[in-house]
Amino acid sequence: MATAPDLSGAGRDAREPPPPRGGPLAWVRRNLFSSWANAAATAVVGLALAWLLPRAVAWLFLRAVYAPDYDACRALDYRAACWGFVAEKHRLILFGRYPFAEQWRPLAATALFVAALALSAHPRAWRRWLAPAWLPVVAAFFLLLRGGVLGLAPVDPSAWGGLPLTIVLTALVVAASIPLGIVLALGRRSRMPLVRGLSTLYIELVRGVPLITVLFVASFLFPLLLPAGLRLDALARVAVGMTFFQAAYMAEVVRGGLQALPRGQGEAAEALGLSWWKVQRRVILPQALVLVIPSFVNSLLSTFLDTSLVTVVSIYDLTGSLRLALGDPQWRNFFLEGYLFVGAIYFASCLAMSRYSHWLERHLGRWARA
Amino acid sequence: MGDPIIEFRRVNKWFGRYHVLRDIDLTVGRGERIVVCGPSGSGKSTLIRCVNRLEEHQQGTLIVDGVELTDDRRSVERIRREVGMVFQQFNLFPHLTVLQNVALGPIEVLKVPRAEAEARAREQLQRVRVGDQAAKFPGQLSGGQQQRVAIARALCMQPRIMLFDEPTSALDPEMVKEVLDAMLDLAGQGMTMVVVTHEMGFARSVADRVIFMDHGRIVEQNAPREFFAHPENERTRDFLAKVLPR
Repeated sequence: MATAPDLSGAGRDAREPPPPRGGPLAWVRRNLFSSWANAAATAVVGLALAWLLPRAVAWLFLRAVYAPDYDACRALDYRAACWGFVAEKHRLILFGRYPFAEQWRPLAATALFVAALALSAHPRAWRRWLAPAWLPVVAAFFLLLRGGVLGLAPVDPSAWGGLPLTIVLTALVVAASIPLGIVLALGRRSRMPLVRGLSTLYIELVRGVPLITVLFVASFLFPLLLPAGLRLDALARVAVGMTFFQAAYMAEVVRGGLQALPRGQGEAAEALGLSWWKVQRRVILPQALVLVIPSFVNSLLSTFLDTSLVTVVSIYDLTGSLRLALGDPQWRNFFLEGYLFVGAIYFASCLAMSRYSHWLERHLGRWARA
Repeated sequence: MGDPIIEFRRVNKWFGRYHVLRDIDLTVGRGERIVVCGPSGSGKSTLIRCVNRLEEHQQGTLIVDGVELTDDRRSVERIRREVGMVFQQFNLFPHLTVLQNVALGPIEVLKVPRAEAEARAREQLQRVRVGDQAAKFPGQLSGGQQQRVAIARALCMQPRIMLFDEPTSALDPEMVKEVLDAMLDLAGQGMTMVVVTHEMGFARSVADRVIFMDHGRIVEQNAPREFFAHPENERTRDFLAKVLPR
């Protein structure tokens, strides 16, 4: 019997690879000044940065006013940032119109929610009990916000707003649209013509509608269609609308992963006698879903940012509550600082999600690099 | 030849308008070892893929282990439990370790408890001499090792019939022998085997019967000694002249 080849690649007379050439100076020459054109580009970009960076740092930080002092900010005459606006209004921006004295509640609820998200992020937590474990978290989140129990003053959902809304809306929409998208993707590849037709129709129909339209329909048309007596509040209607919207895109993302697998995978599993569902669950989806993590994150980020559209139906998410804050005539000229502040929050969140997805891709795709 | 375990009766199949299987009549006895050969596109793979219904036949009757193959999912899944298959491209599941690959069928289909299924899987891996690779992922194995794992995966279901679809065609020449050896072992233990292959040496030493197909028909079938020494059909002679070393 033939012996297996040595796959580690280290035969008896294997040698070390040559050391990298030169030091940092050689690196600079090779990468920044390798030709006249390259050197010219380096010079132009370098000069632009040399001009811009000190000014930006001075405007943003060095000469900026940090205290919520309106007169000091006026005196700047826009030659430096007035973070005083953010200092003055940060609670309105972060929590919207939620009653000022009760804002510890959305803070605690959001902290709980984000902590639960972080704990669920590791694949080791992806067990059967994860979904049921989330029920009390979601319930606690909404109970804290809504109040009316345990001596908490009731707060109407129309007063909720800011970052907690952005986070919970994104999480619920993504969590609900992924399974829905998987079902639609499997449906679109089904051998049953009716299932395939309906899935395709749904996906194409929904993808042909702008999100704004979905939001208007969800908040103004839904209530008219619902049977009398059944009332869903605006937030729930918008969450449901966005879920159905996102699911269509998720479906196509998942389908991309399904198409990428060789046919032999399904055949080998079928040949073992696995039922259709088990073939999908044990063999097809675990591979397809890892393949589409980058596109999943695309959808996640766009959902996160798209939640800012809910302001058109009078729900004040993070951007919406910034606009509330800018409604103060005294401070309204400092919108740039406000948008920078909110932008920084969006950017940091997106960066964190993106880094996490890279890690997840490597962690789950270990077999692909093996 | 024992009692029949696979019976094709005037089976026909088309891919679109292409007539890929034509009036196939074939009976395989229990414990019989059959080698199917023929030029590419002659329908050999389609023939054996009909046996576990990876392909559906459109006309005629196909009976496997006493069950007629129809659209009924239950009978199809029952047959698949009895019939193991080894593919040209191995088709191991890359996201599962070697051990998980082999134990998957018993756990999910036969409902064997995990510990017992894994013990059984290790046994099968030993049998094809890749016991020491159990914890690796398929991508870390050579082609020959992967194909032996695929054989172990099929055997772990304790099938009554084993189908091989060109099991050595995707292998580097130096690895062909280790896979053929594993198949020889199996043949020695009385397994019913239907093997599509161009390995005429294997056909000569193992097969009870060699079947030659061309254009979707079984053109000739005979015991290997007769088949190779006195091929009756012109096309068989042509084919053998091309594949046999002189």
